[in-house]
Amino acid sequence: MTETVVRRRTPWLAATVHSVRSETSVARTIVLDVPGWPGHVAGQHVDVKLTAPDGYSAQRSYSLAAPADGDRVELTVQRVEDGEVSPYLVDELLPTDQFEVRGPIGGWFTWHATEPGPVLLVAGGSGIVPLMAMVRERARAGSEAPFTLVYSVRGPSDVYYASELAEVDATILYTRTAIGPRRAGRITAADLPAAADARVYVCGPTGFVETVSDLLLERGHDAANIRTERFGPSGG
Amino acid sequence: MFIDGNGAAGVFAEALGVDITTAVITCAGCGAGGRFAESHVYDHGPGVVARCATCESVLARIVRTPTDAWLDLRGARSLRIPLPAE
Amino acid sequence: MSIVSRGFHGRREPAAADLPPGQYLTRDFPVLQAGPTPRVDLDTWQFTISNEAGAKYTWSWRELLALPSETTTVDIHCVTRWSKLKTTWQGVSLDTLFEDVETAADYALVRSYGGYTTNMPLEDLLDGKAWIAYRFEGEELTSDHGGPARLLVPHLYFWKSAKWVTGIDLLVDDEPGFWEQLGYHSYGDPWREQRYTDD
Repeated sequence: MTETVVRRRTPWLAATVHSVRSETSVARTIVLDVPGWPGHVAGQHVDVKLTAPDGYSAQRSYSLAAPADGDRVELTVQRVEDGEVSPYLVDELLPTDQFEVRGPIGGWFTWHATEPGPVLLVAGGSGIVPLMAMVRERARAGSEAPFTLVYSVRGPSDVYYASELAEVDATILYTRTAIGPRRAGRITAADLPAAADARVYVCGPTGFVETVSDLLLERGHDAANIRTERFGPSGG
Repeated sequence: MFIDGNGAAGVFAEALGVDITTAVITCAGCGAGGRFAESHVYDHGPGVVARCATCESVLARIVRTPTDAWLDLRGARSLRIPLPAE
Repeated sequence: MSIVSRGFHGRREPAAADLPPGQYLTRDFPVLQAGPTPRVDLDTWQFTISNEAGAKYTWSWRELLALPSETTTVDIHCVTRWSKLKTTWQGVSLDTLFEDVETAADYALVRSYGGYTTNMPLEDLLDGKAWIAYRFEGEELTSDHGGPARLLVPHLYFWKSAKWVTGIDLLVDDEPGFWEQLGYHSYGDPWREQRYTDD
C-alpha cells in the first residue's frame, strides 16, 4: 500500500499572490510564491490563514491544484455564499497581496508519477482540484499510467480546467443540465467504469463521496483500492 | 456534517510533528482499523473530533488553544504511524 | 507574528451592542457538533436527574411537556466567538425539575444522547438561570440545534448548553465534561473570557 511519508514540521509560511486566473464565475485559481516551500505531492492540501489588522484570523483548507514547482503553489478556490474566507480570496485578493499557508498536508490521498497502475478519478464540483493536480503531475512527468476521470458538476458553466480535461479520458456529468444522450441527474452506478484493478480517488462534498463510494462497491471495486477526500458542507 | 481525516491533518501535524493521515488507527470501541484519513471528522465546534467510520465512537480529539494543543487518543486502541526509511 | 492580509476583515459585524470580550455578533445560528446528530425517539425519550446517592428522577417526553414552561429571551455566546442576541426559547425551568430532588451535591455533570457531557456547579442551573428548552423562536427545536430538547444555560459559554440533553448527574466532586477535559475552562463565564483551562 503506497503512502506518502511526510516528516517535516509544517510552520506557517508567507505566501504572496503572483497572479490569479478565473476558472468560472465563482471560482478562481490563485498562483502563489511561497519562499521556503518544501515541495508537495499531487493530492495534498494546505491550510490558509488570513489575519485582519486587529488580529482576528480565520483558517480554511484548500487543495493544491498543480504539482510541485519550486516555490510556486497554485490553489483553486470557489466562492461559498456567505463564506468568510472564500469571498475574500475570490473577489478581493490581488497580485502582491499576502497571507499565510501551512503544508503540505496529507499523505494518503496522494498519487506519485512513479506509480504505473491505472487510476480512476471521480470528482464532485470543487472536488476536481486535487484530482487535477494528479492529472497535471502525470502530464509533467510524462507518465503513461491510464487515467480515467468522471467529473460531476451542475452545468457547463461550472466546469474548471475545461481546456485541459481533453488530455485525459474525461467524462463530464451535469446534474442540472441535459446534454447529449444523458439526462441531467446525479451520478449513478452506470456513470462509473466497472472495476479494473484501478486505484480510485474520489473527492467532493461529503454526501457525494459517500454516494460514489457505495456505487463503486456496487461496480465491483475493492474498498482497499478506493481513497476518498471529503470537503465539508463548507465553512467557506 | 463530517469531513474526513485529511481535513484534520494540519492541526494534528502541528501537535505531533507527523502526518497522521496515513496512520492506521484501530478503534477501541469496535476494533475496526483503518487509515486516519478515512475517519469521520467533526471540526465545527470548540475542537476537532475524529470518529470511527464503522461505529462512530470517538477515536481521537484535539483542541488548539492559543498556547497549547490538547490531545485525547483514548478512543484508539493503537495508532500505527509509518516512518521514513532510514 | 502573523502576516496581515490587506482588506480582510472576516464576517464580523461592527459591535453596536455590548458583547463579552472577544466576541462578534452573528445573525445566523451556526451549527456546531462533535458527532452525528442523534436520532431521538420521543416515545423512548427520557430526562433523568440522578443524585449523589443514586436516586433517579425521570421524566418522559409527555411528562416534560406537561410541566409549567417559560418563555425567555436571552443572549448566547459561543466560545468560538460568535454571539447571538435576543434569542427566544421555551422550556421548563431547572427550578421546576429540581423541586422535589433531594441533594446535598454541589456539582452537575450534564449528559446528552450521543455521549457528550459538560459540567458546572449546581447553583448555576438554579434560580432562574437554566431551562430544558424545546422550542426556539416559536418553533419546535430542530435536531441540528439540539432538538427535541437541550439544556439552555446562557450565562455560560454555549458549549455548556448541551444539545440532545438526556440527564444530569449530581456529584459531590466536580468532574470535567467532554471539552473541559481537553483544555476548555471548567466554569466558562463569557464576561470574564474564561475560554480555556488557565484563563
